[in-house]
Amino acid sequence: MTFHQPTGSMPQSALLSASGVAKSFTMHLRGGIRLPVVEDVGFALHPGECLVLGGPSGVGKSSILRMVYGNYAIDGGQILVRNRRTGELDDLGGGDPRLILDLRRDSIGYVSQFLRAVPRVSALDIVAEPLISRGTDPDEARERATALLDRLHLPSALFGLPPATFSGGEKQRVNIARGFITDHPVLLLDEPTASLDAANRDVVIALIKEKLQAGTGVLGIFHDQPVRDAVVTRTIDVSSFSARKKIEAVTEPSSERHGSSQQTSASLQEEQFRGPQR
Amino acid sequence: MTTSPILSVRALEKRYGTFIGCTDVSFDLWPGEVLAIVGESGSGKTTLLNCISGRLDRSSGQVLYRMRDGRFPDLDDLSEAERRFLMRTDWGFVHQNPADGLRMRVSAGANVGERLMAVGERHYGEIRHTATEWLSRVEIAAERIDDQPVAFSGGMRQRLQIARNLVTRPRLIFMDEPTGGLDVSVQARVLDLLRSLVSELDLAVIIVTHDLAVARLLSQRMIVMKSGRVVESGLTDRVLDDPRHPYTQLLVASIPES
Repeated sequence: MTFHQPTGSMPQSALLSASGVAKSFTMHLRGGIRLPVVEDVGFALHPGECLVLGGPSGVGKSSILRMVYGNYAIDGGQILVRNRRTGELDDLGGGDPRLILDLRRDSIGYVSQFLRAVPRVSALDIVAEPLISRGTDPDEARERATALLDRLHLPSALFGLPPATFSGGEKQRVNIARGFITDHPVLLLDEPTASLDAANRDVVIALIKEKLQAGTGVLGIFHDQPVRDAVVTRTIDVSSFSARKKIEAVTEPSSERHGSSQQTSASLQEEQFRGPQR
Repeated sequence: MTTSPILSVRALEKRYGTFIGCTDVSFDLWPGEVLAIVGESGSGKTTLLNCISGRLDRSSGQVLYRMRDGRFPDLDDLSEAERRFLMRTDWGFVHQNPADGLRMRVSAGANVGERLMAVGERHYGEIRHTATEWLSRVEIAAERIDDQPVAFSGGMRQRLQIARNLVTRPRLIFMDEPTGGLDVSVQARVLDLLRSLVSELDLAVIIVTHDLAVARLLSQRMIVMKSGRVVESGLTDRVLDDPRHPYTQLLVASIPES
C-alpha cells in the first residue's frame, strides 16, 4: 500500500479516517484457511467526538481498534491519523513500524482491556511512563500519576507495588490512568469499564467527558450501556462491515449449521490470536 | 523521528561451504531503538549477530555503522585501530553466559574498571568511584566490589556483565540471549534492569532471543528468522498479535497462555 495523500472526501478537521479497510486472518496451522473479519470499513473521527463501535460480540470491533493502533496489519484500504506535530495525515495503515511508533508517542493512545504488566515496575511508574517517555520531568509525571490514581480510588498503599498481584478492577484502573494521563488527540478505548464498580465507572465517564471537552477524539467499545449512553456522540454498527457473515451465508445455507460454523470461527480466532496477548 | 540510522545491514550473507548460515538479511537500526531477532535454535540468528558485530567474517553484503564523527563506513573498511575502538567503547556485547563476557578471576570492580582504562581513564580513585556507581546501578552491593565473579550467582554475574558493557557509555549493544541461562525469578530482574537502562541511556540494541515474551518486553521492532532467512519483520506488537508467516504463527501459537 502506498497511499500518502488524504482522500478528497475527508473533512479537513478529521483526526482519524478509515476507508475501504479489509482484514482477514490466514491460518497456516489450520491448513491455510482464511478467516475474514471485516471489509470496506469506513469512518472518520473528529475532535471532541466519541464514536462508539457497536454490534454483537465477534463482529470485529476489537479488531478495528487493533488495526487503527497498528497491532493488526490490514489487507487493503487506508487508515490515516493526523500527526500532532506536523498536522499532516499520516498513513498508519501502511504499516511502517517507525511511523506507527511515532504516531503512538504523540498522536494516538490506546487503553486495552488488559494491563500488560512489566515485572517489578510499580503501578505509579507504569502510569507515569508515557509522560516521562515524552520528556516530562519524572517528578512531575509521578505527581500527575498520583493524582490520577487517587481520583480512580486506587489505595495509595498499592502505588509502589507492581500490579501483577492486584485484582482485576485495580489493574484496569492502573491501565486507564496510563491511557488517560497523556493528551493524545486520538484515544482508543476497548471496554474501559468492564471490571469496575459503579463509583469508578462514574470517574471514567467523567474522565472521558473531560477528554471530549478538550477536543480529543475518542473511538471506543463500550458494552456497559450506562457508560455508552453517557459519552456517545455517534454509533457505528460494525456488523455492516462484517465479512464473516456474508461468506458463511454463501457457504453454509442451513441456518443451524450457519450458527455452529460461526462459533467455530470465533473460537479458532481466539485460540490463535488472543493467546499471545498477555 | 531521528532521520539517520546508526547501523545499516544490506544483503548480508554467511556461508559455511554450501551451508547457509544466514542470507539476504537487510535492515536499518536507529539510535534508541531495540530490535529483536527471534527464531528457534539453528535459525541463523546468532550467526547474524556475530557477523554484524564483527566477531565472524561475512561472506558478502554490507554492514554500515555511523561513527561518532558522522561518517558511515562499512565496518570492513575500518582500520584495525578504529575497529578496536568500537569494540572497546562504542559497542557492548552481552553474552548469554556471563563467563564469556567477564574475567572470572579478577574482581568485580576491575571487570568494570578495565573498560574505562581502555578508553584512557587512569585515575585509580575515579575508576573505583565510577565502578562502584555502576555496581549500584545494576543492584550489586558496593561491598562486593573486591569479590571475583566466580563468587557471584548467575543473576549477579549477568548484571555485572551489563555494568561492564555500559560503563563506557556505548551507543550500540549486542545481546545474545541475555536472560537465557537464568532462573525465571532472576530473569525478571535482569530484564527490568535492561529495559530501564536502555531507555535511560537511549541505546540502540540488537537482541537475539528465542523468548517471545522477552522480545515483547524489550523491543519495538522484530525480525523473525528461519533457516538463515528473514521470514517476517515489523513492529513487535504487530508481528506477535497478527503473525503472517506460517513459521511466525507456529512460534506465537507455541507460547503457553498465562
